[in-house]
Amino acid sequence: MSTETKTTQHTHPDPVARTTRRWTRSGGRPRPTGNFELFSWYFFRISGILLLFFALIHLLIMHLLNNVDVIDYNFIVQRWASPLWRTFDIMLLVLALTHGLNGARVLIYDYVHSRGWRTFAVTTLYVVGILFIVLGAQVILTFQPQIQSVAK
Amino acid sequence: MATQVTVKILRYDPEKDKKAHFETYTVEADPLDRILDVLNSIKWYQDGSLTYRRSCAHGVCGSDAMRINGRNRLACKVLVRDVGGDAGKKIQIEPMLGFRILRDLVVDMDPFFEKYKSIKPYLINYEDAPASSERYQSAEDREIFDETTKCILCGACSGSCPPYWAGPDFVGPAAIVNAHRFIFDSRDQGAAERLSILGEGEGVFRCRTVYNCTDACPRNIPVTKAIEQIRRAMLYNR
Repeated sequence: MSTETKTTQHTHPDPVARTTRRWTRSGGRPRPTGNFELFSWYFFRISGILLLFFALIHLLIMHLLNNVDVIDYNFIVQRWASPLWRTFDIMLLVLALTHGLNGARVLIYDYVHSRGWRTFAVTTLYVVGILFIVLGAQVILTFQPQIQSVAK
Repeated sequence: MATQVTVKILRYDPEKDKKAHFETYTVEADPLDRILDVLNSIKWYQDGSLTYRRSCAHGVCGSDAMRINGRNRLACKVLVRDVGGDAGKKIQIEPMLGFRILRDLVVDMDPFFEKYKSIKPYLINYEDAPASSERYQSAEDREIFDETTKCILCGACSGSCPPYWAGPDFVGPAAIVNAHRFIFDSRDQGAAERLSILGEGEGVFRCRTVYNCTDACPRNIPVTKAIEQIRRAMLYNR
């Protein structure tokens, strides 16, 4: 009698139901995310390529062509007098932050499995990210020179 | 010319052991013997309780995928010589990572096959096949997905994939390879369905391009390339 119960366990009445039974631990297919993951992946590639140029130019100007002791308030005033460099800096800020945040988000999805902790971690990440983008953008966009060329 | 080979095997008996542990064996083996022969020699002449899967023993059935010196390989396709066993190097054999160990080198493949089934690994065509002949496919169209037809479902790729170890819900490279085999088949009409399944959070975008799968595949399938082709198909065919 006991052998009979054992054999029935192995044969599922509906082979189709068995086929689509389980993918995730919670059962069923994961929640659809629309095209978000696709765009996130594509954005990663594009922002990565752009950052290569932006970060290298930034490194070249701020660390190789100009020594650290040359970079002062006056330097920034002169640099930001041109809208080109303001645009450059805001692009660098937004790209670096979003690229980095996207990476951190992906790490959270890889390693944080509990739904509550995942929501908490991702929410914190977005809040901090948006805060930094707003703070940085505010400085770059609204900066007005207070003292005219100290060096003179 | 037989030499003494030292083999370190991760053993686990669910009825006796709380945790898996290594045991070391010394086996007489030829440099041209396969790792499977070494395991057989241990099982037949030293310790009959050693458990592992093997079936065809010629790299076709895919049942003896395991971690040999830290890399997922088929025990029947790796020679003692390949891993330096004849040169006095210790050979370390473990069950694949990312799977629950059932006993010794035998792992629970059920979640793996559930994920495989989730991508609909069969021909989907809503039109009736021509009554007089088969569904025609040109040699060029067949060539497009030729590499991914070679999968033997051994699990070496998924078991070598860090995102697969980290996330128990990730569909894994093996399932993606088999989706690729049908997505790019000119006779198949289920590409949209499969792309939508793989576009979800636990689909192809969980891949971090580690390339471990490509290294592990005993059939030399360019797994990472196949995953990338699916992502591109999603991007271009939206």
